Amino acid sequence: MSTKPVTPTPAMREPTNFNTRRMKLDQFRRATMNNLITGLAILSTVVVITPLLLILGYLIYKGASSLNFAFFTQIPKPVGEDGGGMANSIVGSGVILSLASLMGIPVGIAAGVYLAEFGRGKVLADAVRFTADVLNGVPSIVMGISIYSLIVMQQKHFSAFAGGVALAIMMVPTITRTTEEMLMTVPHAIREAALGLGVPKWRTAISVSLRTASPGIITGCMLAFARVAGETAPLLFTAFGNQFWSLSLTQPIAALPLQIYIYATGPYDEWHRLAWAGSLVLIMLIMVSVTLVRIFANRGVLKGGS
Amino acid sequence: MSPTQMTTNSESNPSEPRSTVRALEVPLPSAPAAGEPPTPVLTPSIIRQFLSSRGSGKFADQAFAGLMLTCALSIFAIVIFIASILVLRSKLSLHAFGFKFFTSQAWDPVSGDFGALPFIYGTLATSFLALLMAVPLALGVAVFLTELCPKMLRAPISFLTELLAAIPSVVYGLWAVFVLVPMMRDSLGPFLVKTLGWTGFFEGANFGVGMLTASIILAIMILPIISSLTRDIMLAVPNSQREAVLALGATRWEMIRVGVLRNSRIGIVGAVMLGLGRALGETMAVTMVIGNHAEINKSLFAPGYTLASVIANEFSEATGDVYLSALIEIGLALFLVTIVVNTIARLLVWAVTRGAPARVA
Repeated sequence: MSTKPVTPTPAMREPTNFNTRRMKLDQFRRATMNNLITGLAILSTVVVITPLLLILGYLIYKGASSLNFAFFTQIPKPVGEDGGGMANSIVGSGVILSLASLMGIPVGIAAGVYLAEFGRGKVLADAVRFTADVLNGVPSIVMGISIYSLIVMQQKHFSAFAGGVALAIMMVPTITRTTEEMLMTVPHAIREAALGLGVPKWRTAISVSLRTASPGIITGCMLAFARVAGETAPLLFTAFGNQFWSLSLTQPIAALPLQIYIYATGPYDEWHRLAWAGSLVLIMLIMVSVTLVRIFANRGVLKGGS
Repeated sequence: MSPTQMTTNSESNPSEPRSTVRALEVPLPSAPAAGEPPTPVLTPSIIRQFLSSRGSGKFADQAFAGLMLTCALSIFAIVIFIASILVLRSKLSLHAFGFKFFTSQAWDPVSGDFGALPFIYGTLATSFLALLMAVPLALGVAVFLTELCPKMLRAPISFLTELLAAIPSVVYGLWAVFVLVPMMRDSLGPFLVKTLGWTGFFEGANFGVGMLTASIILAIMILPIISSLTRDIMLAVPNSQREAVLALGATRWEMIRVGVLRNSRIGIVGAVMLGLGRALGETMAVTMVIGNHAEINKSLFAPGYTLASVIANEFSEATGDVYLSALIEIGLALFLVTIVVNTIARLLVWAVTRGAPARVA
């Protein structure tokens, strides 16, 4: 029965015709879907880039027209008077950020050295790494109220020192993770060569591993610095802000992001003008450091990625 | 000690006048000159010096390792310290309101009655809306960057999206106050009322500030985190997998769907949750545009309040211990929620990108 040849009939040919048609339809559908998704992906990239360019463009437009010499040399004028600048905020930001870097960078780098040089494969190191990642996601305002409760409530007054501590705590996890990553990219053979010559382990870690990875570690520190430079929330309850000159670590101190917040939410046009100028200065500071970092990275000084 | 040596000593300092008194003084500080040993024929080599110093390095090694360990442990200490100080300071409110704190809508500093429900609602609603807007866009960007983008454009576009992450929150707030809010009030808001007004989400007075404006600015802010993480996760998918799917005759989209997205979906969920964690805790930009009014309203035009923004606004003027304690309890809640969200997210992302270099988002 099965060997008997079947003579093709039009009725039997019909389905094959139908199938090719369906296949063509299917192919058309798949091709359309492909193009549609490609288009959507391109569109979403454009949609993401547009607000960035809009924000930057508007910021430069508004900021540049409000920037003047007084901005960098004068302290804020009383409400109602025109003019004045944010010199005290710029200096205050500098004080707080130096304080934060002084405390945060050594601790962050040391923790990174532990993870990469001493803790490899240990459960404790995994736990530290994980905690650092989680700590990185803790909202900055929570840091603010913790430091407020610890330092400001004890001392009974806001201070530049408290602001520095809050920002330092925020810098530590970022620096730890980048330091570790950068140290991981240092080839083992280099360490072994040093150890083989009888160099003590601590000396190897400092003069060989850290030194080889230093461009990357500096990058990490600058990124952490750029990140906390714009933080406002933790400073609200620690540094508090100040309308006058202050360099004392035990007194409330002005900071650029804080002042921008106060001016932006205030009702006066003169304040808004200063807020735009302050934002431009702040963003320039951050962009320049981040861009420098990227250029370094592209030159191949940094091999492990961003 | 020879007279010739004396003269060379004083000659080395030409500013001093040479005199007999000077020559007499020379023997007094003569220790280095006198103690100079006859130069040995063989000095111990640098390598030998290193080797002989090894014994004393033992202690230094341990001290160094201990110091590094202490710094690493300080990260634990920070987390434990934050948690304990928040619990300690919110004790008053924890005792006074108990669990009712999270279900009560009251927020009355005058009579001392506090409940966090409006803030919880505001935080969840704005974060959810922000994710709704940001996730499809971020996925689109990640797909574009990993699969479609010409090599030449790849670096500049990733750079631009990451610039978004570098703009401080307060600057986003400033931009939103002066550009987004008027846009919302004059063009986007009326348009939404006309097209989607029937859903009931776009009702009432539209001041420009409100839940929707806050969600939009949040979406812009969490986009770079989600897209850069998703991109890394997609890059971790081996190329052979893409080639295999393409070899079966798949179109590019089918390759992305079957070969890439299906393999990285766990990691993508993790990336989205990291974005969620960021959105939950975002403070300044939201505070500046959400309207800061403690109420629950179905309309997205209505002003709202989030956990983070109520702390930012009221903390420094909180009078009374219970008021302060209630605000710290809100901080505690925010801390715990973000810890949980971040922990889950990190675990998911780790499960996918293990082996590939991790990045700091």
